[in-house]
Amino acid sequence: MQAKNLIYDGSFDGFLSAVFHVFELKLKHVTIQNQFENQNVLFSENENIVTEETKANRVWKGLKSRLSSLGRYQLYYAFLSEQPGIEDVLLDYIQYAFSKSNPIDKDYSHPSVLKLAQTAKMVGREKHRMEAFVRFRLTKDHIFFANIEPDFNVLPLIQKHFKRRYADQKWMIYDIKRHYGLFYDLEKVEIIDMDFPTNFDFTKTDSEYFSEQEFEFQKLWQDYFKATNIGSRKNMKLHIRHVPKRYWKYLSEKQPE
Amino acid sequence: MSFQRTQEKLKILADAAKYDVSCSSSGSNRFNTTKGLGDATGMGICHSYTEDGRCVSLLKILLTNYCIFDCAYCVTRKSNDIKRAAFKVQEVVDLTINFYRRNYIEGLFLSSGIFKSADYTMERLVAVAKKLRLEENFNGYIHLKSIPGASDELMREAGLYADRLSVNIEIPTESGLKKLAPDKKREDFIKPMVKVKNEIIQYKAEKKIIKSTPKYAPAGQSTQMIIGASGENDFQIMQTSNFFYKNYNLKRVYYSGYVPISYDNRLPQIGTAVPMLRENRLYQTDWLMRFYGFDVSEILNEQHQHLDLDIDPKLGWALRNLHEFPVDVNTADKRMLARIPGLGMKSVHKIINARRFRRLNWEHLKKIGVALNRAQYFIICDSNQFEKRDLTSEKIKGLILQNSTSKYRKSLSNQLSLFG
Repeated sequence: MQAKNLIYDGSFDGFLSAVFHVFELKLKHVTIQNQFENQNVLFSENENIVTEETKANRVWKGLKSRLSSLGRYQLYYAFLSEQPGIEDVLLDYIQYAFSKSNPIDKDYSHPSVLKLAQTAKMVGREKHRMEAFVRFRLTKDHIFFANIEPDFNVLPLIQKHFKRRYADQKWMIYDIKRHYGLFYDLEKVEIIDMDFPTNFDFTKTDSEYFSEQEFEFQKLWQDYFKATNIGSRKNMKLHIRHVPKRYWKYLSEKQPE
Repeated sequence: MSFQRTQEKLKILADAAKYDVSCSSSGSNRFNTTKGLGDATGMGICHSYTEDGRCVSLLKILLTNYCIFDCAYCVTRKSNDIKRAAFKVQEVVDLTINFYRRNYIEGLFLSSGIFKSADYTMERLVAVAKKLRLEENFNGYIHLKSIPGASDELMREAGLYADRLSVNIEIPTESGLKKLAPDKKREDFIKPMVKVKNEIIQYKAEKKIIKSTPKYAPAGQSTQMIIGASGENDFQIMQTSNFFYKNYNLKRVYYSGYVPISYDNRLPQIGTAVPMLRENRLYQTDWLMRFYGFDVSEILNEQHQHLDLDIDPKLGWALRNLHEFPVDVNTADKRMLARIPGLGMKSVHKIINARRFRRLNWEHLKKIGVALNRAQYFIICDSNQFEKRDLTSEKIKGLILQNSTSKYRKSLSNQLSLFG
C-alpha cells in the first residue's frame, strides 16, 4: 500500500480533521503535514484535507473519554509547538490512546507519550516566559502595546492570563513572527492583523507613536533593574539561563542606553 | 510625580532593599473580580532576572532608609554614612501601578528602615497597601514587612491588605543577635509573627463558616536569616529554621549569604566572598525538609553539624545510610523513591505513574530525566545490570565526583583535588 501524506491548513481543527480521515479510512503508513511546511515526503501521495469542525469535534469528544484533562491540554500545547513532525507524534499518541481503555497520558515510558509530555512542557515554559517578558508600552492613543516573537505559537495560551490581569486597560500583544495579535478593548479579546508603518522599529520606543510618560517609566524601570542587582554576587551564566539572549531585544531593562 | 526626585529616591531605596532575598509572588488567591487592575492567583512570575541571577518579581523598595537602629550587618544602620531618602505614600503607589501596568512586576514588596517608632513605621507601610487596594482597586501581590515591635492592631490591619507578611530574624542565634544588634531583642521579632500566625489560623477557621470573611495574608508569612555573619554552623541554622517552620507555620525561610558591607571587626571584612555555595546547600536541606519527607535531624545533628560542600545533602545522607539501599524503583514507595540521590520529586511522580504500565529499565529512567550518574549506585530496576560491587561510601563519593562537574568547581577545587 502506498504511503499517504495528509496536508492540513495549520489549524488545530484542521489537524483533527486529518486524524478523523486516518481513522475513517483506517490508513496505515500515513504522515500529517502543515500546508506551510511543504516538505516533500518521498514515495508518498499528497492529499489535501478540508477542515471540518464536526469531524474535529468528534475526534476531540472521543479524546475526552480516553484522556485525562491533563492529557488533552498536553496534546493541544504540543500541537502549538509547531515543531516539524510533531503531528506524527500526536497521531501516534492519539492512536495509542484509542487502542487502550484506560487513559495512557501518564505512560511516560512510551516514546510518544514522553515526547508529547516533554514538548508540552517546552510550550508551557514559553507561555510562562511570555507572561513574564511581555513589556507593555503606552501609545499616544492610550493602548498598552507589546510585541513578542515567541519560539512557539503561545498567543492562544496567554490570552486568558492577560485578560484577567489587565481588565481595566486597553492592551495589545502582537506576535511579529506569526503576524497576528490579541487586542483587548475593555470588553473582550479579539484576534487582529495589523499593518505597521514601514519605518516602524519594534525594538525602539519612538516618540511619534508612544506617550511621553512612557520614556520616564522605562528609565525608572531600568534604574530599578540596576539598583536591585548585587554586584558581588554577579553570575552572568545564571542570568542568561533565566533570560536567554534571544529575548533581550524587546526587554526594556536590557536595552543599551 | 516629579521625575527626577523620584528617580533619585528609587535608586537609593531599591539599592537599600536588595539584601532582602524574598521575591516570591506565588501562593496568594486574590482574584480580579472587580474589573480592576491585577490578579494574584496561581503561580508567581519572575519578570526579569538581575545579573546576579536573582528573580525580579516585585518592586522591592524601602519606604525610607532612615533608621534609629544600629545593627552591624545592615547597610541602613544609623551609624553608616550613606545618602538617606524617603518616599511619599503616593510616590510608591504611582510607581507600583505604572510598573504593574507595563507588566514589569507582579506587585510590591515594601520594607522600611525604622523611623520614630515601630508603630509609626508600620502605619506608613499599611497606608501604602491600603491605598493600593481601596483607591486603586489593585489586586496584584503585596508583600509587607512586619516591623519588629509593631502593635497587634496594626498587624491585623496589615494582613487585610497584604498577601504576605514577613519579619526577618536575620541572625540565627540569640547570642549572635546580642553581639551584632544589641538594641534588638528576639521577642520583638516574634511578637508580630505570633499575631500574624494567630490571625491566619482564625481566618481559615472563620472562612469555613462565612465565605465572605475578608482575606488575611493569603500567601502566609516568611522570614530570612543571614548566613555567615555571626559564626553559627549549619546545624544551628537549620535547627532555628525548623523551629520557625514548626512553631509559626511559616511558608518560607530564606537564607541570605552575608554580603560584606562594613569594616566593623565583628563581621567578615569587605572583599570576603559571599558564601553562595553554603547558601545553596542550606536551601537544598530546606527543600529536603519541606518536600522530600526528611526530618532535619536526619541531615544535621550533633554528629554532623556541617553540610558537605562538595556533594548535595541528600547524597550525603545516602552515603551515611547505605544500609537503606539499593532501592527497587519498580516497587519502592514514594517516601523511599524521594530519598534516592539523583531523583527529584518530578522524576518520582513520573516513575510512580510510568511503572503502572510496564517495569522500568535504565533506558526508561534516563529518558524520564533521572540523574543516573548519582542514582546508579543506589537503585535496581528491570535489568540484570546494577552495581554489584560492595562499594564503600568513600568509593561511591569518589566515583560520583569523578564523573560530574559541579557549577561550583572553582570554589571547590581544594576538596576535589583529594579525589583527582
